[in-house]
Amino acid sequence: MSEKLKIDQARVNSCRNAAAQIATGLEDLLHEYTTTSIERTVVRLLGVDGVDQFDVPLANIVVEQIKEKGKLEQGIAYYLGNAALNKGLSLQEVAEGVARDELDLSELSEQPEDKVKDFIEKTALTKINEIAEIREKRFKRQQRLGLGKKPWLYVIVATGNIYEDVKQARAAAKQGADIIAVIRSTAQSLLDYVPYGATTEGFGGTYATQENFRIMREALDEVGDEIGRYIQLVNYCSGLCMPEIAAMGATEGLDMMLNDAIYGILFRDINMNRTFIDQHFSRMINAFAGVIINTGEDNYLTTADAIEAGHTVLASNFINEALAEQAGLMSWQMGLGHAFEIDPNLEDGFLLELAQAQLTRQLFPEANLKYMPPTKYMTANIFKGHLQDGLFNLAAIITGQDIQLLGMLTEAIHTPFLQDRALSIENAHYIFNNAAHFGQEITFNGDGIIQQRAEELLQQSEALLKDIAANGLMDSISRGIFAGISRDKNGGKGYQGVIKRSENYYNPFFRLLREGITSYGTRF
Amino acid sequence: MEQDFNRVKPYGDTLGDGKTQLSFTLPLPASPEAKEAARRLAAKMGLEEVEVVYMNELGEGFSFFILYGKCPYSIDTTDIAVARVETKAMDFYQVNQFIKEKMSRKITVIGACTGSDAHTVGLDAILNMKGFAGEYGLERYPQINTINLGSQVPNEILIKEAVARRADALLVSQIVTQKEVHIQNLTELVELLEAENLRDRFLLVIGGPRISHELALELGFDAGFGPGTLPTEVAAYLAQTLYEKRN
Repeated sequence: MSEKLKIDQARVNSCRNAAAQIATGLEDLLHEYTTTSIERTVVRLLGVDGVDQFDVPLANIVVEQIKEKGKLEQGIAYYLGNAALNKGLSLQEVAEGVARDELDLSELSEQPEDKVKDFIEKTALTKINEIAEIREKRFKRQQRLGLGKKPWLYVIVATGNIYEDVKQARAAAKQGADIIAVIRSTAQSLLDYVPYGATTEGFGGTYATQENFRIMREALDEVGDEIGRYIQLVNYCSGLCMPEIAAMGATEGLDMMLNDAIYGILFRDINMNRTFIDQHFSRMINAFAGVIINTGEDNYLTTADAIEAGHTVLASNFINEALAEQAGLMSWQMGLGHAFEIDPNLEDGFLLELAQAQLTRQLFPEANLKYMPPTKYMTANIFKGHLQDGLFNLAAIITGQDIQLLGMLTEAIHTPFLQDRALSIENAHYIFNNAAHFGQEITFNGDGIIQQRAEELLQQSEALLKDIAANGLMDSISRGIFAGISRDKNGGKGYQGVIKRSENYYNPFFRLLREGITSYGTRF
Repeated sequence: MEQDFNRVKPYGDTLGDGKTQLSFTLPLPASPEAKEAARRLAAKMGLEEVEVVYMNELGEGFSFFILYGKCPYSIDTTDIAVARVETKAMDFYQVNQFIKEKMSRKITVIGACTGSDAHTVGLDAILNMKGFAGEYGLERYPQINTINLGSQVPNEILIKEAVARRADALLVSQIVTQKEVHIQNLTELVELLEAENLRDRFLLVIGGPRISHELALELGFDAGFGPGTLPTEVAAYLAQTLYEKRN
């Protein structure tokens, strides 16, 4: 893509430096604390699966037992390994024993530490190799079938019933969708456990469970073979179970995960310590599993004004990039988010939107940018809404976006009907084809509206990033810099699940994932 | 031809033509038979001279149809009365002036998206400083003390907070809903308030894309505001109704 906007490189460097400083400011927190959700992830990654008679996941039961004894600071891995060696049981059997109230992991006599760690490392390595294998198999399938032409068409299914979702997803793939996201049931982000098994009831979406992941993956592989195109699967690695869902996705071969560093703090009132610690570990898993993360700063504009707060989205893109790098994600794995949320009544709103979309493209050339459709100003006039979505598609093809979350003409009325999705895909096909090379044919006026707006955005972002770097990310969020929402450092949900690590904290996956990430390189 | 308000029907390009536009999906692959099925279905809905103008295969055995037909029915509009919020329109300044002069104290409003709903776009449009469509939100009103509890607030917490903060009015927003869960949720709030003998203490207001004043009254609320409502409409309603309620 030729460089349409003139960009002050010194300013960009200054933005990146500030973002790096912001990320570094979180390092102590990331290295000195663990969370109940990280420990539950360890249990899952060590192969423990299933629920008790009340549908409580074994991962929760095991971690809760050690937490109640006040010993989780050492990490769950040691206790599980010690119990297995002590009793001559598998880790699964140990967890089942705890669930039946027959085993107290904290009361068992201690086996030699090196023997316990040896055993755990072996089990952990098996899982790591399994995830690598799933990743490679997935990449091979992608190469064999091919991914759709960019911008990839991303649609959601949200019936609440995984089997109904499968029907809608298969139909969407046949209509031309490249990416299927299964929207979660609305309250799942606040559940401090992951539901289990195939589910057929949900509100505004379908529960993210490992079995639901498997069912949808299988269906998309099948339909992908039929139509000769690889269909990517997305779910939501956010909320109180962020890293656990990352582990489930890595195991079931998901391609993308919504995985923002700040979204849950602002929009779900999840404690910020918990969120930052969890996002880091979950992103390490996503990095190793070859998953593209989607960030969620586009949401800022649902509460704040797109013109006044456009720069906060850009600033957040820089921060999400820095935090993603910190966790080992490569550029192509960064689905940085932005959105077309400018008031349609504003004169030249489309030009101002082009400015931000093009600027984001040029600032993050290697990222797989995720572009979000109008939602705030959708009115239930489905005819106008369809046109608004068309303008959004035009902005995307001109500025070369990567992941196009298709707008629905029935936004603000209901979750999409089959026909809504088909119409939105038709809309995108029409515009992407008709204006395929439009972006390459045009240049922008050197001191025109678009160039000036881009300069303004970059300047404001730089000022904001410097301010955040000076005050630290946590204090800045407490001051309400993003989306006009302020959150208290020690407030919000899930804070009781944040635990200071002891000196002998043990979690084999931090090292194994880090080593694994550096060894596998790029996708194509 | 003069419009007869005793007999009103859809208008295409000639008064009384009854022209109606319709679209739906059938679980049938596209075929002449599927098209005929769509036509018969529209006829069964009561439309006459039905034309299926468009059929498109959606895959997996589904097809999409666009149809036109003539509606033979008409409605007598002279006896229709719909409940609506009756308070006088006021702007930002008039509302503040009104509260200051008549109430001699600030009013306290507490808002939340209740139940599993995580979508605060409607609540924020009414409450946030910035407001909506150029109109300031209630937070900007100097005479209104506004508390925004945000999303996914259980009804019990909303009531607890309302009592603790001595709220005058409760504003509940319901945006995303499936299988009528918002109705259950709203009914539950009224029932909880009644069980605790608190119903009369607060003005109860709901808002959202599927909310009408009529529905609000039916569910036991004091008022309901639908899509496109401006903050001033809510503020004017609250100020005048709270004043009346006190006298």
